[in-house]
Amino acid sequence: MANWMPLWLHKLSSPPVFYRCAGMLRPWAIALAVVLGLVALYGGLVLAPPDYQQGDDYRIIFIHVPSAWMSLFIYAAMGMAAFIALVWRIKLAEVVAMASAPIGAAFTLITLVTGSLWGMRMWGTWWTWDARLTSELVLLFLYLGVIALYHSFEDRRQGARTAGFLALIGIVNVPIVHFSVNWWNTLHQGSTIKLLGPSTIAPSMVWPLLTMMVATKLYYLASLCGRTRADLLALESGKDWVRQIADNEARR
Amino acid sequence: MSATSLQSFLAMGGYAIYVWPAYGVFFVVLLADWLAPQFRRRRLLRDVRTRTARQEARKQRASTPAPLQGEG
Repeated sequence: MANWMPLWLHKLSSPPVFYRCAGMLRPWAIALAVVLGLVALYGGLVLAPPDYQQGDDYRIIFIHVPSAWMSLFIYAAMGMAAFIALVWRIKLAEVVAMASAPIGAAFTLITLVTGSLWGMRMWGTWWTWDARLTSELVLLFLYLGVIALYHSFEDRRQGARTAGFLALIGIVNVPIVHFSVNWWNTLHQGSTIKLLGPSTIAPSMVWPLLTMMVATKLYYLASLCGRTRADLLALESGKDWVRQIADNEARR
Repeated sequence: MSATSLQSFLAMGGYAIYVWPAYGVFFVVLLADWLAPQFRRRRLLRDVRTRTARQEARKQRASTPAPLQGEG
């Protein structure tokens, strides 16, 4: 075990401890995610005014943009966990990386489908080989590749390390997706929300968007807890702590 | 909310066929993502229980004297 790790972190990375902590965190994260999500939807679908050019169609933004942010955020998180797993061989990091992939794939799929529904009306086509759209599609294939590679090994840990390697290489695609609207002349509109400098979007539209962003982050946390718990049980199914959980569950 | 304003809300200014499917996909995909590990966890624990029960039974058989020979 790497000696730079503080003791509490070392303890948390032990599967039974993490299983318990994730189990405590999960209900709070999902409850907060649902509440914030509903507030954001009310703000976005009811309170925010129609766009002066796009009418009510722009309301897809309130799920499309947070999902797109999550597709990149989760990929970065997965890449980071894969890096830790490959360098320090921490079992929990492998599990977190592999558990992130399906959640990231789900958000990428939502981004592509909602974007397609938006594009049909605004651009008159479901799909175009535009830089932003193509790089996002590549992102989906990277997620699917990681999932497929992970499951193609008999040995879960070997699979996690190999798939983690692919995840790490694929991380070059993340800045490409993000900057594609600046680097190439795309049909997709540029960013309207900027960390540096003023955003070019009305405040009544920004707050539901940012609230939904927080809600999707919390959802990722909750879903990651659930997936990590299931993966840890599978990985350690021969151990005593898993048997105890199985027995307790049966008694309830 | 009155009936007409609810109607105009659902109509989404004529974009209902684009807006509502988008929201539908969002919720269906996330719901599937939420439920999948829950079912998997339940199945895993059931498998662990079956395996434990089988091992217990084998241990019991080994400790008790063998039943009548020459059957089956």
